[in-house]
Amino acid sequence: MKIIVCIKQVPETQEIRLDPITHTLQREGVKSIINPFDLYALEEGLRVRERQGGSVTVLSMGPPQAVETLREALTYGADGAVLLSDRAFAGADTWATAYTLARGISKLGGADLILCGKQAIDGDTAQVGPELAAFLELPYVAWARKLTFVESEVLQMERLLDHGYDGIEVRLPALITVVKEINEPRVPSFKAKLRAKSQKIPVLGLQDLELDQNQVGLPGSFTQVVKVFPPPARGERELWEGAPNELAQRLWTRLQKLKIG
Amino acid sequence: MAIIVDLDKCTACGLCVEACPFGVLRLEGERLIIGDGCNLCGACVEVCEFGALALPATAAPEPRPEVPPDGIWVFAEQRHGRLAPVALELLGEARRLAEILRVPVSAVLFGHQIHDLATELTAAGADKVYVVDHPRLAEFLEEPYAQALIELARRCQPEIILAGATYPGRAFIPRVAAALDTGLTADCTAFDLDLEKRLLLQTRPAFGGNIMATIVTPRSFPQMATVRPRVMKRLAPQPERNGQVVPVQVAALDEPGKSRFLQTVAEITETVPLGEAEVIVAGGRGLQDGKHFSLLEELAELLGGAIGATRGAVDAGWISYPHQIGQTGKTVAPKLYMACGISGAAQHLVGIQSSDFIVAINSDPQAPIFQIADVGLVGDLFEIIPALIQEIKASR
Ligand SMILES: Cc1cc2nc3c(=O)[nH]c(=O)nc-3n(C[C@H](O)[C@H](O)[C@H](O)COP(=O)(O)OP(=O)(O)OC[C@H]3O[C@@H](n4cnc5c(N)ncnc54)[C@H](O)[C@@H]3O)c2cc1C
Ligand SMILES: Nc1ncnc2c1ncn2[C@@H]1O[C@H](COP(=O)(O)O)[C@@H](O)[C@H]1O
Repeated sequence: MKIIVCIKQVPETQEIRLDPITHTLQREGVKSIINPFDLYALEEGLRVRERQGGSVTVLSMGPPQAVETLREALTYGADGAVLLSDRAFAGADTWATAYTLARGISKLGGADLILCGKQAIDGDTAQVGPELAAFLELPYVAWARKLTFVESEVLQMERLLDHGYDGIEVRLPALITVVKEINEPRVPSFKAKLRAKSQKIPVLGLQDLELDQNQVGLPGSFTQVVKVFPPPARGERELWEGAPNELAQRLWTRLQKLKIG
Repeated sequence: MAIIVDLDKCTACGLCVEACPFGVLRLEGERLIIGDGCNLCGACVEVCEFGALALPATAAPEPRPEVPPDGIWVFAEQRHGRLAPVALELLGEARRLAEILRVPVSAVLFGHQIHDLATELTAAGADKVYVVDHPRLAEFLEEPYAQALIELARRCQPEIILAGATYPGRAFIPRVAAALDTGLTADCTAFDLDLEKRLLLQTRPAFGGNIMATIVTPRSFPQMATVRPRVMKRLAPQPERNGQVVPVQVAALDEPGKSRFLQTVAEITETVPLGEAEVIVAGGRGLQDGKHFSLLEELAELLGGAIGATRGAVDAGWISYPHQIGQTGKTVAPKLYMACGISGAAQHLVGIQSSDFIVAINSDPQAPIFQIADVGLVGDLFEIIPALIQEIKASR
């Protein structure tokens, strides 16, 4: 079974702020991490490999330094890693990202199972997975919390919706996006860490993927950011201390004023 | 594509360099350099006092010429014959936009034996209701839902498609956008219009709500967005409003799919889903034991709310994952969020910062939750919450 896990390098979002005066993005010193949801996708890929045999390749599109993220993924036990990187890919929206990833996957000879995280914590769009499935013309299911193989090519899963969980069956090849509940990621093994250090991570660019520069990056994106601004400031904050029943009374009066309850 | 610089007009004053939110502009001597990562946001164009900078021209997106565009579509999400509240909210917003654009509003209803819902949709603002009634649409499944909307949109060419940013909406709408070769903006919280170019200005939070971004889809058709529940205003229902109900056939549904619905495995035993709840009472590790969630449940019931939790509480096994709020859980925006025994870790806060009003109860006056709470109560939740429950009961 050939498994590809798509992982994204993201900034730790809680540290990203807009400078209130200059309106510029403060990103100095902000750490890059593997998108947390993608770790669950990776862990699930490794577990499927352990049960069904095969190989796990981690794939990322991003700037050259995203190679660090891929190397980190190798320490968890992925067999191989590939980075799609080119100046021309810069500024890609979800459409152009998915388009580029789809071409990368085709160049790698396709896969039986493609796993993505539920969403990336920088853009929070949750769009790349389903769009990638569209370009690869694969069936897909979003928000899976449990995967079970009933045959070598038939996968059953439980997937999260607002009302609860549904059981869904899908025939491979397919793409699945996973939620956190699906597993508990392992700790990187010492052996894999050693191996990852010297492992080669191929980097594929525009020409390797035989893409036109108008299909990728900013020119290939259909959405365009026209403005960024800080969220509206919250009102004055109040800190109350006192006896519990006083606090309760005061709070209930306030809530009623706000027409809550 | 890049910002166009008129070197004759540029005085290398550096104003634009400071204004660039992405820090990609720099001066090398007297020369302005536009580095990698420019996303044409236009902040530099706005501040340039010399008219030296311009955005590349964009034209309004256009449909296939032989088909007249079909106005604004709202995906009318339903499950087992109950409409998702966000569908009605979106019809209210679509009406507002439609009055300005002078186009009709249509609701698109998928399911099996759901014709009855059409009147609710016209009363909420739809001029037309497209109904696709098919057994394969009885339960939500990405493949057939996407196929049906793709086929319909290709046929009728709506100018704008809006859908709720719910679990089903966010699962299948991206596939529709990809197939239609158009952009999609996720989880929007506000819309405006650029009338000159007929562009929908779509505003959404990014980076966990630390930043707001306004996004347009200037060169593809239709313009598509998913919208967060509870931010748009529904109209008061007008049962007397006339609407046209249009049953439609979708050929793609007659082919067997590669995925199928098996059964519902587990229902979340909550009357109000977190995403729709006006009040959320949430508990963290300060509850000290899973059984103490019953205290929050009693309060939530009095307030007509739902129960949320931190990852700390979920990981301790006190409550199930669907209740988790934050970076690796759900994002919520209720009228009232009551954080009980929650420290206020950044990963939790990103999931709640769009709430209208936040109340925190924590015994530690230094807890970071107090930095974001509108009202912070310093004290023991085991004393304050029972007192609050008493207070509410006494007042009714
Ligand atoms: C990648 C990543 C993703 C994460 N995603 C999420 C996420 O999605 N959601 C999330 O919630 N967390 C998330 N976390 C975890 C987060 O960092 C915190 O660990 C978690 O939110 C803490 O939960 P807590 O507030 O319940 O527990 P604690 O931090 O232990 O806080 C308990 C609080 O209760 C107070 N308290 C104790 N007793 C009482 C009492 N009797 N009365 C009143 N107050 C009392 C204490 O003063 C304390 O402030 C994530 C972490 C990582 C690394
Ligand atoms: N640049 C990228 N490279 C590899 N995978 C990505 C990239 N962007 C998004 N993904 C995958 O798509 C998922 C959803 O991302 P998003 O649509 O950005 O929220 C992530 O969890 C990843 O699995």
